[in-house]
Amino acid sequence: MPSEMTAARARLAAPLLIALLCAARPALAERLLVSNEKDNTITVVDGKSLAVIKTVPVGARPRGIILSKDGKSLYICTSDADHIEELDLASLTVTRTLPSGPDPETFTISPDGKYLYVSNENDNRVSVVDIAEARITSEIAVGVEPEGMGISPDGKTLVNTSETTSMAHFIDTASHEVTANVLVDSRPRVAKWTADAAQVWVSSEVGGSVSVIDAATHQVVKKIRFAIPGVATESIQPVGIALTGDRKTAFVALGPANRVAVVDAQTFEVRKYLLVGQRVWQLAFSPDEQRLYTTNGVSNDMSVIDVPALKVTKSVPVGRLPWGVVVAP
Amino acid sequence: MRVRFDPRAVVFAISGLACLASAQAQTSAPPASATVKFAYLALATKRILPLSYLDQPPTDDGIQGARLGLADDETTGRFIHQAYHLTEAIEPDAAAVLAAFKSLAAAGQKLFVTDLPADLLLQIADLPEAKDATLLDATAQDDGLRAGGCRANVLHLLPSRAMLADALMQYLAVKKWRNILLVGGPDPGDKAYAEAIRHAAAKFQIHIVADKPWTYDPGARRTDTGHYAIEAEVARFTQGIDYDVLVVADEGDNFGDDLSYRATDPRPVAGTQGLVPSAWARPFEQWGGTQLQSRFLKQAARWMTDRDYGAWMAVRAVGEAAAHGSSTDPQAIAGFLRSPDFELAAFKGARLSFRSWDGQLRQPVLLADARSLVSVSPQPGFLHQFSELDTLGVDQPESSCHLK
Repeated sequence: MPSEMTAARARLAAPLLIALLCAARPALAERLLVSNEKDNTITVVDGKSLAVIKTVPVGARPRGIILSKDGKSLYICTSDADHIEELDLASLTVTRTLPSGPDPETFTISPDGKYLYVSNENDNRVSVVDIAEARITSEIAVGVEPEGMGISPDGKTLVNTSETTSMAHFIDTASHEVTANVLVDSRPRVAKWTADAAQVWVSSEVGGSVSVIDAATHQVVKKIRFAIPGVATESIQPVGIALTGDRKTAFVALGPANRVAVVDAQTFEVRKYLLVGQRVWQLAFSPDEQRLYTTNGVSNDMSVIDVPALKVTKSVPVGRLPWGVVVAP
Repeated sequence: MRVRFDPRAVVFAISGLACLASAQAQTSAPPASATVKFAYLALATKRILPLSYLDQPPTDDGIQGARLGLADDETTGRFIHQAYHLTEAIEPDAAAVLAAFKSLAAAGQKLFVTDLPADLLLQIADLPEAKDATLLDATAQDDGLRAGGCRANVLHLLPSRAMLADALMQYLAVKKWRNILLVGGPDPGDKAYAEAIRHAAAKFQIHIVADKPWTYDPGARRTDTGHYAIEAEVARFTQGIDYDVLVVADEGDNFGDDLSYRATDPRPVAGTQGLVPSAWARPFEQWGGTQLQSRFLKQAARWMTDRDYGAWMAVRAVGEAAAHGSSTDPQAIAGFLRSPDFELAAFKGARLSFRSWDGQLRQPVLLADARSLVSVSPQPGFLHQFSELDTLGVDQPESSCHLK
C-alpha cells in the first residue's frame, strides 16, 4: 500500500509536504480520488500538481466510488468486504461503514443525498441504502449481475444495467417498481443520464456499442459503434461514459482498446480517439469540465485529458487495478 | 426418459405475469408469457477414474451448466415475458437416447442441447425427425463434426480439438518455444488430440522433434515405491531428445500427470496436462468470470467443467436468441442463432458467434494450469482479415464442411 507514497516522497519531498499541509484545508484545488481494486486502497491526488497526497487503506476490493452531496465524504463499494465504507475527506480516514447487501460493485446517490442505490452483483438485486440511518430500506429484483447505476436529475427514475441479462431496467424510485426494460447489446456496464434528462446512454462492454435510450419512450434511438484502424474489434469494449453538461460532447472509455472515444453527442458521430493507458475503465470531469480523468486498470495509472484541446496531457501512477475515479472540489 | 418438473419455471412465469401490468404501458409485449421449449438430451457416460485421486469425475457435469444457464435465461425472460422450459432427458444407452429424441420430436420439440458422442450425435442429426430441429452440441470436440461430418442442423459450443491445439501452438510460437516432443496415448481421443497438435504445429511453424506413443503400463502404480518405476520410465523415455516443451495427448488423464518433473531434461509439459488449452478453467476469473464461477459453485457445490460451460453456453445462446430476436418460436430462434445479429457474452471479454461455414462457436481459448491462468489465445499479433478469433480452428477457406 505505501509504495506510491514512498516513491512520491523520495521524488517530491518538498512539494508533497506542502500538498499534505494544504490537504487538511478544504476549498482548495480539486482532489482526485481513485479506487484501486487490487491494492485495497484509495489514492488521493492533488488536482493541480497531480502529486499523490495520500494512499488510504480501505476494505477488500474497492470498486465503485461516489461523492456525498455535501462533498465531505466519499462512499466506497468494498466488494469483497460486502459493505460500503465512508471516507471522511477532511481527515482522509474511514469513519463509518454502511450495509450494502452482498458483493456491492457500484452505486449511485439520490440527488437529495439521502440514499445510495447499490448493485449487488452476486445477488441479482439493487439495494436501497438510507445513508443517515445506515440501513437497507429496500431491495429491488433486477436481472443477472446488476452493474451500472444512473439516476435521473430529478431523482425519480433509476436506471440499472444487468450484465448477463443485457438490459437497462428503468426503476421508479418512489414505488421501487421496474417500469421498463430495454434490451441493449451484451454486457451493459454504465448508464449515464444527460443533464437535460432526455436520454440515457448505456455502454455495452462485449457488444462493443453505446445505446442511446430516449428516457421518455424507452426506445433505443441510436447505437454508437466504434472502429479504430489497427485495433481488433473484439478489444473495443466500451465502459465509462462522461457527458458534458451542455450535451454537446460525450467521452467513452473503450477498455482494452486503450482509447477514449470523443463523440458528438448531438449527431452521435465519433470525432476522435484519444490514446490513454491500458484498459481504460471509468471517467470523471473536473468541476469546470476542462479536464477529464481516466482510470487505466492494466497500466495502473490515470490519464489526464485536456478537454478543450482534446489532448492527453499526462499520466499519473496510482495503485494496482485502478477502477473508479471521482473529483472532489 | 426422465422429465424434470422445474418449479422455478412456474415462479418466473407468475412473476412475469405480475409485472406485466406495470410494463404494458411502455412496451407492446404479448398478453401472456410465451414459452421457449427446449430439451437437454444426453447419454450418461461412465466416467473412468483419472490418474490423480484429487479430481474425482462428477456424475452430473453438463446438466449442471444447463441448469445454471436456464436460471439466467429465466431471469432475463421474466422482464420480457418469456418463460423457459427445459426438458431433461439423460439416457443410459444409445438406443434410449434415440427413443427419447424421437418421442420429444414427436411432441413438437425442435431445440435440443446435446451431450452426446460424435457418432450418436450424427445418427440423430440424420434422422428424418431432426430435419427442421436444431441440435446445440454442448460437449463434443471432434474435428470431424466440423469437417466432413458437419450438419446444417448442428451447432457446436465447445472449441474443437483443432482450436485447442491452435491456441497452444500460438502461445508456444509467441514464447519462441519452437521444438516440441509429442507424446500420445493409445485411446481414440488421444490419437485425435495428437493429430490436431500435428496439424496446428505445422500451421504455426512449431517443429515436432519427436512423436512418440506412450505404451508404458505401470500396473499397480499406487503401491509403495511405484513412483521409482514411473520416474525411471519417464527419464528413459525422454532421454536424448532436444526439445523445448513436452506436449502430451492424454484425454482420459491416464498418464499425462506422470510426465512433469520426471523427464531427463527440465522441460515444461503442456497439452491435456500441465499447461492446458481449454474452454473453461478453475483458476479463471477475468472478464467477470468470477461471477459465473461463484454462481456455479453455489448451485452445484463443485467447480465448473468444460462440459458444464458448453451446456451453459448452449442454453444461454438459446436465451439470447429468444430475447434479442423477440420470439420464442424455435424456427425464429434457430434463425437468429445463425444471423449476424447474434452475440453471446460468455465471460471471455469477446462477443461470440457461430461460424457460418461449420456451425462452430468462435471463442477465445484459455491456457491454464491447475492453479493459474497463464494466457488466453488468440495471441496478440496473429491477425485475421475478419475476426482474430478465426485464427483458432479451421477457417473458411480451409473448411471441408459443405453445409447442406
